[in-house]
This record gives sequence, C-alpha cells and structure tokens, in this order.
Amino acid sequence: MARAAVLGRLTWQVGTVTEIREESPTARTIVLDVPGWPGHAAGQHVDVRLTADDGYSTQRSYSIASAPAADRLELTVQRLEDGEVSPYLTDILRPGYPLELRGPIGGWFVWDPAEPGPVMLVAGGSGVVPLMSMIRAREEAGSQAPFRLVYSVRSPETVLYAAELERLRQAVDGFQMSYVYTRSGPPGVKVRIGRLTPVVLSAPGWTSETAPAVFICGPTGFVEAAASLLVKAGHEAGAIKTERFGPSGG
Amino acid sequence: MGIVSPGFKGRRRSEREKLPPGQYLVTDFPVLSAGPTPRVDTSSWKLSITSGAGLVHSWDWAEFQSLPSEEIHVDLHCVTKWSKLGTTWRGVSLDTLLAQAQTSAEYALAHCYGGYTTNLPLADLLDGQAWVAFEYDGRPLAAEHGGPARLLVPHLYLWKSAKWVRRIDLRAKDEPGFWESLGYHNYGDPWREQRYWGD
Repeated sequence: MARAAVLGRLTWQVGTVTEIREESPTARTIVLDVPGWPGHAAGQHVDVRLTADDGYSTQRSYSIASAPAADRLELTVQRLEDGEVSPYLTDILRPGYPLELRGPIGGWFVWDPAEPGPVMLVAGGSGVVPLMSMIRAREEAGSQAPFRLVYSVRSPETVLYAAELERLRQAVDGFQMSYVYTRSGPPGVKVRIGRLTPVVLSAPGWTSETAPAVFICGPTGFVEAAASLLVKAGHEAGAIKTERFGPSGG
Repeated sequence: MGIVSPGFKGRRRSEREKLPPGQYLVTDFPVLSAGPTPRVDTSSWKLSITSGAGLVHSWDWAEFQSLPSEEIHVDLHCVTKWSKLGTTWRGVSLDTLLAQAQTSAEYALAHCYGGYTTNLPLADLLDGQAWVAFEYDGRPLAAEHGGPARLLVPHLYLWKSAKWVRRIDLRAKDEPGFWESLGYHNYGDPWREQRYWGD
C-alpha cells in the first residue's frame, strides 16, 4: 500500500467527524468517516483545509494516528496556543461537522508491516502520532517485527495514548517502550528527569549491530539531537528517517 | 471555494496577498529534512558541475568563496504550507557557476551530501533565479538549514532548494529526485500550488 497510496492525483475529500477523544489536556483525536478513503501507509499525513464563510481558507498538515483502514482515519492534533488551525480542531470541531482533507501524503516516513526487521521509534512530544500509526499497524497486521518506542515527554500528563501504550507493553510480544521525562516524572516514582541520553537509546538488543530501521519524529531540536546521538552510536545515517516540525505548525 | 468549516474564523493578515495559495506566514525558520543532518566540514567540501561528458568544473571551499557573491532578499515557500517573507542570504549565482558550461542540457539534478537529490529544468537555475547560498541573515549557514552551502531557488517550493548540495548534474533528460519520486510535484511552483503529483 505504501507506494500505491501516493500514486495518482490527490483530490480534496470531505470527511465527517464521528468522534472526538481527549488524549491530553491539549490534544484531541479526531475520528473521521471519509467515504472512498483508500487507506494509507503507517506514518503518512493528510492536508486539512479550513474555510471561513467569507471564503478565506488555510491549510495545515496532520499525521494520521490510526492503523491503515478504508473509509476512516484518525488524526491527533496538539493545540498550539497561538495557532490558527489547531485551536479550531481541538476546541470548536464537533462530531457531525465536515472536515476537508486530502491525502495520504508522504512516501518516505512510512513503515510497511511486510517488513520483518526490527524497528526503533523515537518520539518527542506529539511526534508520537505517526509512530502510533506504525505501532497500531503492527498489531493489526499481526506482525512479529520487534518494535521499541522511546517516547520523550515533558511530564506524564502530556503523554498521548498512555493507556493503550501500557496495554501494548504488557500484552504484546516484541513491543518494548521507555519514557523519557524532561520536566517531571510520575508522582512517587524515582525516574531520571532530563533529555534523551545515549543509554536510553541503546537498550540491550537495540544497538547499531541489530541495525533497526529508525523513525524519529518531534520538534526540530529533539530530532536533531536524537539523530546525531544515533549516528554517533554507529547507526547508519541511511537507516534513520526523520520527520520534524517547528514550533509554528499552526 | 472549499466547503465552509462551521465556526472557523481564521486569521487574515495584511501580508496575505503576497502569499501563494494555501500558504501561511511564519516568523521562525522551520527545519524539514528526511534524515540526520550531514556534518560537512569546509576543509573537505567540494562543489562540482557535471554533465553527460563528465566533470565541467569543481571548486573547493576557498575557491568557491573567492567567486563573486551577492546579497539575496527573497521569500521562501515550503510545501508543508509555511512561508517566510523577506529573508536575507548571501550566495553565488548559478549564472556564475554555470558560466563556463557549454551544454545543450535542459535539466539539472542536484546531488547532496547525505544522498538527497532534486531535479529542476536548467532554465530555472539561470537568469538570476538561483544561487548556492552560504550565509543566512549575515551568518554562516547552519548545518540544519543546509550549511555549509545549499541551493536556493526561491521561486519554487523549498524542497527544490537542496540543502548540503555537492554536485549539479546537467542532463539531456529529466529524472525525478528524492521527493519527486515519492509523491511530490515534478516542478513545484507555489503560485500554481503544485504540491503533489497531479496538482
């Protein structure tokens, strides 16, 4: 599906919001029913277009959070305080509202469940969204590919998909994960507070010798830091795929 | 006009008339790259022009720095929707770099440190439309923005302004580059909103 999904002309489609889930105090998952949606490759994104009643319109890109499926998809949107589009999507949009989108877009930052090799996912903040699509695609496809997620968050309250990740960690063979807390950790638990370190990135079985495919997504500074730590630890630069967003995603 | 989004007001700006369709204004400088940032030392940096017949010309950093450069004031438009207006660069015009190239080529394929490629019609690199830039805002170009030097072709979406450029291959036939093979438009004119295949 990875290649097929980017072929051909991308036309604007109208989806209908069927559900909105609160993922954190500032993030919402928008579940959309999109008749004719072809499915996507895990890791891809869509363009969303909002139009005011006087015809003014603006567009942004959002990563798809759900596993590939026909006719439906989920986006998780982090509200940016001075954003133009994200506050509409998190605070005003309601079930039943239409939402214009086109996609799926991006043929590079994608994981194919037919690939059996190990996969290391490194997320900074809401950069976890396209990586969650890969984790869900793995489970849905019954893939045995070893997965490891390193998820850097400011504090436990900002974790997206916390309950689902905990369930996967306990129940799913071959799925490991570690949190990195940069400001504060879970209450009553002794954890290291601080930035990503080489130690966190090189768990047993997850060194450069295992040669995992690496996907890093997050803010620019985070991605730069994670990618250079991994290159220094001996990972092939060509095995590391990155997706970055600045503070001005809107 | 698209369907109306109930309750959406939007944020109109006075600069909006200068923005291509579907773009919004930023004041910072976002970074988008497909992989780790290559660290290229100017002591080993080289820029070359090649064509079907082989090497046309190459410059090491000192030679490149001795070429006439110019200050460039341009707007940037990224396919991911952000635009940044009035940026200042210093670079060497492709007219200068290609002055000695006797070629019937109609296309160019830029190759970069790190393996990235992008394709353009040769005409879009000429006549004061393109530079190899090495300073941004009065300072050496940072590695994450393509330093030590990057292509700057501001009339096309920014993925055409290849970071960490090391070779420009002049070609008789067009060949899609990295993003052009992965769903992005072959030409990429922001004013015609040529983002993806078929746009």
